[in-house]
Amino acid sequence: MNTGTENLNSSPNASEEVDRRDFMAASMGVLAALSLTGCTKDEVEAFLQKNFRELDPEEVKSALARLEADYSERFGKKVTVEATPSRERVLFGYGLDLSRCVGCRRCVYACVKENNQSRDPQVHWIRVLQMDKEEGISFEKAEQYYDPATVPAEGKFYMPVQCQQCREPACVKTCPVGATWQEPDGIVVVDYNWCIGCRCCMAACPYGARHFNWSDPNLPAEEMNPDTHYLGNRPRPKGVVEKCTFCIQRVRKGRYPACVEICPVGARKFGNLLDEKSEIRAVMREKRVFVLKGELNTQPKFYYFYGL
Amino acid sequence: MTKDLENFPYVMLVIVIGGTLFAMFCVLKGRSEAAQTVGGRVAHGPAEFPEVFNDPLLGGPPPGGSGVDEQGHYSVPPPPFSEGVFPCSECHKELTPDATVRKLEMAHEEIALNHGGENRWCFDCHNPDDRDRLKLANGTLVPFEESYRLCGQCHGEIYRDWREGIHGRRTGNWDGAKKYLLCAHCHNPHNPQFKPIAPLPPPVRPDFLKK
Repeated sequence: MNTGTENLNSSPNASEEVDRRDFMAASMGVLAALSLTGCTKDEVEAFLQKNFRELDPEEVKSALARLEADYSERFGKKVTVEATPSRERVLFGYGLDLSRCVGCRRCVYACVKENNQSRDPQVHWIRVLQMDKEEGISFEKAEQYYDPATVPAEGKFYMPVQCQQCREPACVKTCPVGATWQEPDGIVVVDYNWCIGCRCCMAACPYGARHFNWSDPNLPAEEMNPDTHYLGNRPRPKGVVEKCTFCIQRVRKGRYPACVEICPVGARKFGNLLDEKSEIRAVMREKRVFVLKGELNTQPKFYYFYGL
Repeated sequence: MTKDLENFPYVMLVIVIGGTLFAMFCVLKGRSEAAQTVGGRVAHGPAEFPEVFNDPLLGGPPPGGSGVDEQGHYSVPPPPFSEGVFPCSECHKELTPDATVRKLEMAHEEIALNHGGENRWCFDCHNPDDRDRLKLANGTLVPFEESYRLCGQCHGEIYRDWREGIHGRRTGNWDGAKKYLLCAHCHNPHNPQFKPIAPLPPPVRPDFLKK
């Protein structure tokens, strides 16, 4: 025993023996109460899990293992949940060519397929707006439910809108519990285990890019994409907010997002903003580039441009 | 006269109520008809259109992975020949080249040349002496795998964008091996304008708009 401990023990105010006993009794009581609720050990662990950013590597590992076991059982196949971290010297940026987009909505459904959104009730992370060429960009007059036999329709142009991955994200500022944040590579993510479902972020987002699971997501097991990321496309519970993550499970491993690959006209471009040789930097160098609602100072990393 | 005036309020009441009921009937009927036709009533999912996601042009991921040196790790599908058409010399070795502008009747009659107006003819790009290769303006012969050099003679800016990866479709890795497409995979060289396509179904309207 060192003197420090003896000093503490002998201190009349500390009375640690009693405190420890009380603490042990209290925690045993809590555990007993939790076991009385009929929760399994995993459920208790999930309930007591800290914010993802505060987990140490060991805790991350056990959280991922717990989720993998849960999802694998629920969907009847081997599901992986990874937490691939962001890389050094990488800041993701996105380009969308408005003069090429024909509004075919391939991206919308490729996103749903890749990111395990609920099928019905339907959650779409990408919203394609049809606008009049004569009006120009006008959200008041935009049409989201257009359905002609073929696109592009005469006199119309199309503007897909999804999370703009702002450098100054209003959603992150407004979240009362810190369940959503911007990663070092610029992707704004949500910890679905920490989200309380207050939807403040949805009210704050000027792009309508966040979506709420009003009821239990409906995801058929055979359609479920088993390659998932903790902060991305893993199955979500009811009552949490979700959003586009640039397909974090793909881009952290070097791949293009699903919407980039599916686009039949090649209107979608993606790359590292810090790499001069990347495709997104070529767009910014060669084309007329703009961001949506720039006056709000959200500073998106999603750039619209005119390739023609 | 006075009797008519006495009845006037009742007549007006009947007209107003009847008119209101009729208007409500029309509105409700119109609305139920709209519900049948306007999009956004059914939740469609990606499983309904597997053909969109099984594009044979793109196939699987490209050879080589993430983080590899980009040079030498580009792969491209073979040129999109119509079935049985290549090698061209197979048929053409028997035939004498005829440079006159005419309507093709013996073969290739399906080709409707709509590229650059009336000044364009087969031998601007195809080579009468070696049918299996294409001909640049300066006489250089290039294989069909390098047709982009031919297109790039006129479409220089798009050629530049395509080489930098900002025109056209690429798949694979943003930081490594990629798969790219030739101009002719998306644009029919004889009729290069992009054709309109059918859109996938619209999203479901929010519940409060349903009825």
